[in-house]
Amino acid sequence: MSSVFIVGVGIHPFGRTEGRSGLQQGVFAVRQALADVGLSWADMQFAFGGSDSAGNADTMVSELGPTGLQFINVANGCATGGSALFGAYSAIASGQFDLGLAVGFDKHPRGSFDPLPRNWGLPDWYGDTGLMLTTQFFAMKIRRYMNEFGITEPSLVRVAEKAYRNGALADHAWRRTPVDAETIATSTMVADPLTKFMFCSPAEGGVALVLASEKKAREIGGMAVRLRAAAVRSRPQGSFEVFAPMIEGDGRNSATRLASRAAFEIAGVDPGDVDVAQLQDTESGAEIMHMAENGFCADGEQERWLAEGRTEIGGALPVNTDGGCLACGEPIGASGLRQVYENVLQLSGRAGARQVPGEPRIGYTHVYGAPGVSGVTILER
Amino acid sequence: MASTHPIEPVGAELFEPSTDGRITLLGGRHRATGRLVFPKPSGQDHEPERLPSRGTLWSWTVQRFRPKSPPYAGPEDFEPYAVGYVDLGGLIVEGRLTGAPLDGYRIGMPMRVVPLELMLGGPPRQVLTYAFEPEGLSE
Repeated sequence: MSSVFIVGVGIHPFGRTEGRSGLQQGVFAVRQALADVGLSWADMQFAFGGSDSAGNADTMVSELGPTGLQFINVANGCATGGSALFGAYSAIASGQFDLGLAVGFDKHPRGSFDPLPRNWGLPDWYGDTGLMLTTQFFAMKIRRYMNEFGITEPSLVRVAEKAYRNGALADHAWRRTPVDAETIATSTMVADPLTKFMFCSPAEGGVALVLASEKKAREIGGMAVRLRAAAVRSRPQGSFEVFAPMIEGDGRNSATRLASRAAFEIAGVDPGDVDVAQLQDTESGAEIMHMAENGFCADGEQERWLAEGRTEIGGALPVNTDGGCLACGEPIGASGLRQVYENVLQLSGRAGARQVPGEPRIGYTHVYGAPGVSGVTILER
Repeated sequence: MASTHPIEPVGAELFEPSTDGRITLLGGRHRATGRLVFPKPSGQDHEPERLPSRGTLWSWTVQRFRPKSPPYAGPEDFEPYAVGYVDLGGLIVEGRLTGAPLDGYRIGMPMRVVPLELMLGGPPRQVLTYAFEPEGLSE
């Protein structure tokens, strides 16, 4: 298997961009990624790309050029971006290609997502009677977790505070203004115990990554970050996931645990080796639970970690250094790739005001979403 | 709660009425593997199985904003409602909560299955669904 490197990155700012389609935001990101590495679209041998609700990624060839490259559209719910990256990773690792793209973009209407039960294998009554909301799932998962492991409300506030503080330092973030603890705690209750400022919102944005084989990366020269692992896993029996009318067992198994374990095994590193992590933070509680599900701490330790500032940019394990989904919003197709984009900047020392000190070497990303899919990557400088 | 004609259940094979005005939730036991799921999937692969009518509250939240329609089919005029998961012993089932103030639920509370009448939109129609209620509120 060939080693796989990320040699160029591009992003269209997240948030809301009137008058520019999701697909155009994807094209913007591709052009930036190509410029980043000094290559042209015609050099690309393949692309994997997708969006959840902004159209077919391969339509990009109309704007970028009909070069005849192999273009695979990816649709895998909230792990669409992570799955595009897995496709690109595999295409190079297998030795079939040396140079290609992973791209994700999206543009969602305002407000909560509005899934239809029949598309998720659920009966109509589940949606009719008001049970089909991701917000309810996250609220109930964190409430149970708080009760079991002694996590308190101030920890939920701390995660959100950190997100907006970090987002203020990231050019591509949507929310660029710090929000104080009291505002977060007392903002409108959305799904108890989670307030408005503890939740991310659906948004818009695009991210593109240029991947290369070791040989090609050497040829190109310049910045190269090694993609040591990319793993996507779906929900196992006995897990508690989004849109679940029932839970078996204690619900402690999860798609995230599986994807995380697989990625660490492929990369041959341990959680303790990770210098910077981007973890799915659909809401404050998700970041807290995902710290443990991804193996970074024991259940309940988050309370102390947050109080001590261990996940701050200058802490022992900086988490969501660009403000995560809370500050960037969640364009489904682009969200997982944004995490990788951020880690590439961090590992190559290009993160500016939010740069993690001490030359971080190993970066970890984790994306999670309905109906229980997780995508994890591990990068090495 | 006596009505002259029965209200339409919100889903087929979701629950069955019992003589005392209560309802019993139906799960589905997979004929080949023995795995019990809720709700019972349609078709012949699962055999209907009555679920316990009592359990403990596993977790809960309050739906504070009106969900988008579709999928939500409730009235335009929105009142927040509580939802939760109740551990029925081996299977933890999600549903609406009823019978207590919105902030009156606690993890571990003993709960029981009760019928719940809901108004749905479209053409307005009254349907019967299930909910969980704290034990000992009314007998």
